[in-house]
Amino acid sequence: MTRSVIPVLTVIAAIIAIWYAATIFLNAPFERDQAERADTTITFAEIIPKTMAQERPVLPAPHQVAQELWKTTVRTRITSKRSLIWHAGITLAPTLTGFVMGTLLGILLAVGIVHSRVLDRSLMPWIITSQTIPILAIAPMIIVVLNAVGIQGLMPKAFISTYLSFFPVAVGMVKGLRSPDVMHMDLMHTYSASKSETFWKLRWPSAVPYLFASMKIAIAISLVGAIVGELPTGAVAGLGARLLAGSYYGQTVQIWSALIMAAIMAGLLVTFVGMIGNAVNKRMGVRA
Amino acid sequence: MMILVAAIAFWLTAWFINTKLAKGPDTPLINLLIPFLFGAALIALWEGICRGFDVPTVLLPPPSMIWERITNSVPILWADFKQTYLKAVIAGYVMGCGAGFLAAIAVDRSDFLRRGLMPVGNIMSALPIVGVAPIMVMWFGFDWQSKAAVVVIMTFFPMLVNTVAGLTAASHMERDMMRTYGASYTQTLFKLRLPAAMPFIFNALKINSTLALIGAIVAEFFGTPIVGMGFRISTEVGRMNVDMVWAEIFVAALAGSLSYGLIALLERKITFWHPSMRPSR
Repeated sequence: MTRSVIPVLTVIAAIIAIWYAATIFLNAPFERDQAERADTTITFAEIIPKTMAQERPVLPAPHQVAQELWKTTVRTRITSKRSLIWHAGITLAPTLTGFVMGTLLGILLAVGIVHSRVLDRSLMPWIITSQTIPILAIAPMIIVVLNAVGIQGLMPKAFISTYLSFFPVAVGMVKGLRSPDVMHMDLMHTYSASKSETFWKLRWPSAVPYLFASMKIAIAISLVGAIVGELPTGAVAGLGARLLAGSYYGQTVQIWSALIMAAIMAGLLVTFVGMIGNAVNKRMGVRA
Repeated sequence: MMILVAAIAFWLTAWFINTKLAKGPDTPLINLLIPFLFGAALIALWEGICRGFDVPTVLLPPPSMIWERITNSVPILWADFKQTYLKAVIAGYVMGCGAGFLAAIAVDRSDFLRRGLMPVGNIMSALPIVGVAPIMVMWFGFDWQSKAAVVVIMTFFPMLVNTVAGLTAASHMERDMMRTYGASYTQTLFKLRLPAAMPFIFNALKINSTLALIGAIVAEFFGTPIVGMGFRISTEVGRMNVDMVWAEIFVAALAGSLSYGLIALLERKITFWHPSMRPSR
């Protein structure tokens, strides 16, 4: 772990350096244009600080985004509509609801598939096909149609997250529930264990590490689903709404800060699931 | 009501046949027939419920109505498909996967870079990258170039991470053997490490094929010329022409499945040696 700290930091530093360079490069034409209109000449050294402080830059500098983030998270009341934490909370609710529903659905499907040969052979190809359908593209329709029936708010967004997150869990759990080797299964057989005993005492425990590995993927795409689900509701609230509003009004700093916020959220959620997974695995005696 | 009963009867019969078939032998024909019957039963059930309960077509149009819409509006669907898939998705996919692959090979030469980039790349592939869509539309304009740019960014990291992981897949023994042969770096790369990395690379290609379609369609929600699958979906939803939206979804699903299938077929040809390609049991 500690071995990779310095390389990771170097890479991040390099990304920030490239970002700054790109800021100068991309924002300079606007400043040159301004100078030309004012009939003044501007040197390159004068351009650089100006490119870092534009109101609506093509690419905002990292510190501008950081300032915006600081302003909208720490220095704004959480209940205010300007607070990014408030918007993140709005996005978090459908993410978690969808994630929980998706995980349950995925586990159920996997249990069915492992125990029934018919389900295995008829359902599995369709589960894989279901993921080649770009559900995110259909998200607006699901939202609008459910809205027309009177279901609105949290649930439609949660449905999209559910659809996205059930897949990795189902596939991972099928693998996990089938992971006990033949010897172990035979042992259960010699004990004359029933199907449910085999399931709870052998299959389920050996599937838990797989469950947490797929849950990490599931929660990340669940967040993507919730963000995209917010787009068609007309940019009311949530991180997706911040993105859309920002793109309507050319507020690039706002877009970037919403993006970074989403990234931080994704990182926290994945780490959180990973930590729970590690703790559970350790208690169940899985070797790291 | 009759239609509903007929649909349920069809569904039950299909299920019954499937239980019989599933106990049978593992031939390719039967493996194709079972999911096909399952799908046909689902569609029949869908049609039956829609007609039987008089579900408003705004909510859920029956499959027959969607099919009629598809056959009636082939030119529009084709134009959208050309704009979104043939231009944005394919250009972005090739550039993104290519760049990810080349970057992986460059990174692979330095252990320092690899240790630094892998965690960052892993985090990046978990991020909601679709979010850069509005920025790309701002930078590259409304036409397909901005969509291709989103696709490039979305496909780059999965490819990078998987290829780097794949390049370490060749075992020490095999690498030592290449050394004893006095093989150069490029020879080892092309004869041993790239072939060994192929399963990982194909994994990334498969993930990316769906990601690319999603990226291009979602990017179109943020502004497009008046053609394209994402544009059509968002405008027809607004006009409550749900059957047109479903037609568009059908095209997307077909394109997604076909490209996935094509990649899977290619994988079968190239990584024929991999244990997962052997027939089961």
